[in-house]
Amino acid sequence: MRKRHDLSVVANRTSKIAPGDVLVMSTLRNERVRLDYFLSYYRNLGVNHFLIVDNDSDDGSREFLAEQDDVSLWTTKAGYKRARFGVDWLNWLAREYAHDHWTLTVDPDEFFVFPFSDTRSIKALTDWLDTTSVRSFGTLLLDMYPKGPLDAQPYRPGQDPFEIACWFDSGNYVIEKNPYYRNLWVQGGPRMRVFFANDPKRAPALNKIPLVKWDRTYVYVSSTHTLLPRGLNLVYDEWGGEKASGVLLHAKFLDTFAHKAEEELERRQHYAGSHEYKAYAHKLADDPDLWCKWSEKYINWRQLEILGLMSKGNWA
Amino acid sequence: MSVGFVMLVHTALDRAEQVARHWANADCPVVIHVDKKVSRKANAAFIAKLSDLPNVRFSRRFNCEWGRWSLVEASQAASELLLHDFPEVRHVYLASGSCLPLRPVQELKDYLADRPMTNFIESVTTEDVPWTVGGLDIERFTLRFPFSWKRRRKLFDWYVGFQRRWKFKRKIPEGLVPHLGSQWWCLTRQTLTAILEDPDRAKYDKYFSKVWIPDESYYQTLVRLYSTNIESRSLTLSKFDFQGKPHIFYDDHMQLLRRSDCFVARKIWPHADKLYRGFLSDDASILTGAEPNPGKIDRLFSKAVERRTKGRPGLYMQSRFPNSGWENGLTAAPYSVFEGFGELFEDFEDWLSRVTGVRAHGHLFAKERVEFAGRQKVFAGALSDSTALRDYNPRAFLTSLIWNTRGERQAFLFSPRDNQALSWDLAKDANAQISVISGAWAVPLFYSNANFSDIRKEAARLQKIEAEHLDALRSYYARARVRIWTLADFVENPMEPLQTVIDEIGLRATHRLTEAPRMISLDGFGQFLQNLKNQGMQPHLMGDFPVGQSGDKSRNRPRKPYLVK
Repeated sequence: MRKRHDLSVVANRTSKIAPGDVLVMSTLRNERVRLDYFLSYYRNLGVNHFLIVDNDSDDGSREFLAEQDDVSLWTTKAGYKRARFGVDWLNWLAREYAHDHWTLTVDPDEFFVFPFSDTRSIKALTDWLDTTSVRSFGTLLLDMYPKGPLDAQPYRPGQDPFEIACWFDSGNYVIEKNPYYRNLWVQGGPRMRVFFANDPKRAPALNKIPLVKWDRTYVYVSSTHTLLPRGLNLVYDEWGGEKASGVLLHAKFLDTFAHKAEEELERRQHYAGSHEYKAYAHKLADDPDLWCKWSEKYINWRQLEILGLMSKGNWA
Repeated sequence: MSVGFVMLVHTALDRAEQVARHWANADCPVVIHVDKKVSRKANAAFIAKLSDLPNVRFSRRFNCEWGRWSLVEASQAASELLLHDFPEVRHVYLASGSCLPLRPVQELKDYLADRPMTNFIESVTTEDVPWTVGGLDIERFTLRFPFSWKRRRKLFDWYVGFQRRWKFKRKIPEGLVPHLGSQWWCLTRQTLTAILEDPDRAKYDKYFSKVWIPDESYYQTLVRLYSTNIESRSLTLSKFDFQGKPHIFYDDHMQLLRRSDCFVARKIWPHADKLYRGFLSDDASILTGAEPNPGKIDRLFSKAVERRTKGRPGLYMQSRFPNSGWENGLTAAPYSVFEGFGELFEDFEDWLSRVTGVRAHGHLFAKERVEFAGRQKVFAGALSDSTALRDYNPRAFLTSLIWNTRGERQAFLFSPRDNQALSWDLAKDANAQISVISGAWAVPLFYSNANFSDIRKEAARLQKIEAEHLDALRSYYARARVRIWTLADFVENPMEPLQTVIDEIGLRATHRLTEAPRMISLDGFGQFLQNLKNQGMQPHLMGDFPVGQSGDKSRNRPRKPYLVK
């Protein structure tokens, strides 16, 4: 809770939040180029308000966000690492403003896809989750990548990043159960295939539980991988059935990536000694192509659901 | 004027208003019960909005809760008001605030006018009811349920347990045969008044007030006392999922609902603008005169429930990760494992894919690399040939491979030289077809250029591994289709076992094999085994290989001696 003192208000429009509104929470640093599309994507899904923590951006992100009518913005110069990778800040914001709201916690490069998301709003999903007494909704973080070198097609502000990064790995994921927090630990995809082929244990976790009917007694433990109380982590069925779930399309691998990796490596503010970024920097020197003959081209959520990367569960 | 509506409303008052207006404008009186939980202010506004309609009334308000008696009280009061104030009403239709008429009101009127004495109410004896939330069916009628299931679940469960334990049973009032069914009905004035004006009503009401979910049994049971003209189905399309929660309709169900020819559907999501706009404008609907046909929607929803309860076998993902034994199929599809065939035949992979059309891999679990068909670096689903990635989670590797290649049968080689982590998984998987030539691992040793003492050691190691694997295949837990031949038996007559296995794969029309894989020459192999024995090792898995005999045999016979006709 001490972490709240890190945050100073830039624009607090939380009085606009109405009962039943769906919120997005995010923390970011120097993501100006992504923000236009990010905001419009979630507005289109039916999100009503954004709660954003700016971690000392110097590229105009803060100024841009401060002007948005549906954004409440805080800023901090404190270390991302010391705030347990932003989780402390978001937990504080959620406790203050998200109580009793369906809240989607995503990074600016994560795009939530759920069953029927092309024909139904996020409110349809959360209403349905309410009627079935479900409090949390699980996703797979699906790494998207372009064909060819990452910097071949520059990303322009406002552009749909999946016009460029439209490929993904459809079936090379591994899952283990975390016996303590009871969440699943999912790894795989192109990052494990290319960057961690010799050290798979260190490949990043792809299990995320971004959508939660927030209660002020809840907390995220590490990123959005794990929640407390532990029951919130049971977003999967253990008796053979399928619960409804979604995907976070991850637009990490664009031309912006090399620069970002360099910057993050310099700041050393990431998880486990930033070993992930070390691995990227190492491999990026060879200008890798994440694409392979068996890569799948993204079409829509129905494709993802047929491939078994998400599920409708009993939502019809 | 033939039909009047009773509407139970508790949320989305704006939508309820739209629907009530639609019916009232079509000359159908509507009596609305607004849940007492709705604030006085909201209720007053709601009433004011509908005040321009002379044939809309509001009945006495009860505090309704799911599964409790108050819901029946609400419908009783509203029905009485409707029957009293609108004497020309012949059928009373019970609906909710989240119901939506799908066909022009005139069609419903005509339909009911053609069946003036028919009561449309789903009414089924408890033995025939598949839906039983909380495992209660006949006990709904023989136990008492004074506590709320929604708010006081623990007390509810405790009291049910208490009554069961002490064999407590209520007496069902004489003459009543418990029936259950959807709470949305359409009854004739004659039948409904018979229920509401019955001199014994106080007795029945007292009894049903302690029954669980009485709105699904009160009218459904009593109607059997007064009418024989019962169509046991609801005119309202309303589906429930496996937890007893109603399925909800959205804009993207538009076409499905149109083609269902049902009169009324629930539950409609209050923000389904397209549905409300579409179905409440009469011109959009077409007079079809068809019988309701909810089959397609039934299938859609039952598939959804199956997806939720059974899932897709062989799929492991963020919302399906079955406990051991609950996979409902470890893998997604049948596949074949060949052990010893790669050692005995020179071109087995090619031959197999040619003859059967399966995707024939090499040793997928080899120590050096993953031998995908054609030795691709990456395979279906972007699986990598890295052994580190495979060995990180071999089970996920196998289940992913089989899942990713649904529609194309997979086959791979396996031997005691490979990673054995999946030995038991393979044995326990009903999708696995495992064919073993035991002891064939010795053939490459026979041809190897190693020191004999090393060969002897390696032979002992491989034999031990294979023996353990065979134990798994022969164990009580094994569910794979397993066939095991000793090397000696197999080379005696290789065509018959091959034919059996190929027939079972059954991808191509079964005919006799005309082309055999090339067998490696075993000249001197018997002597090789004898040498191992002489060095103190006991090679037993290959069966009885007489010293020198196999060499003699193949010299006497032409090559490919096992080609059949």
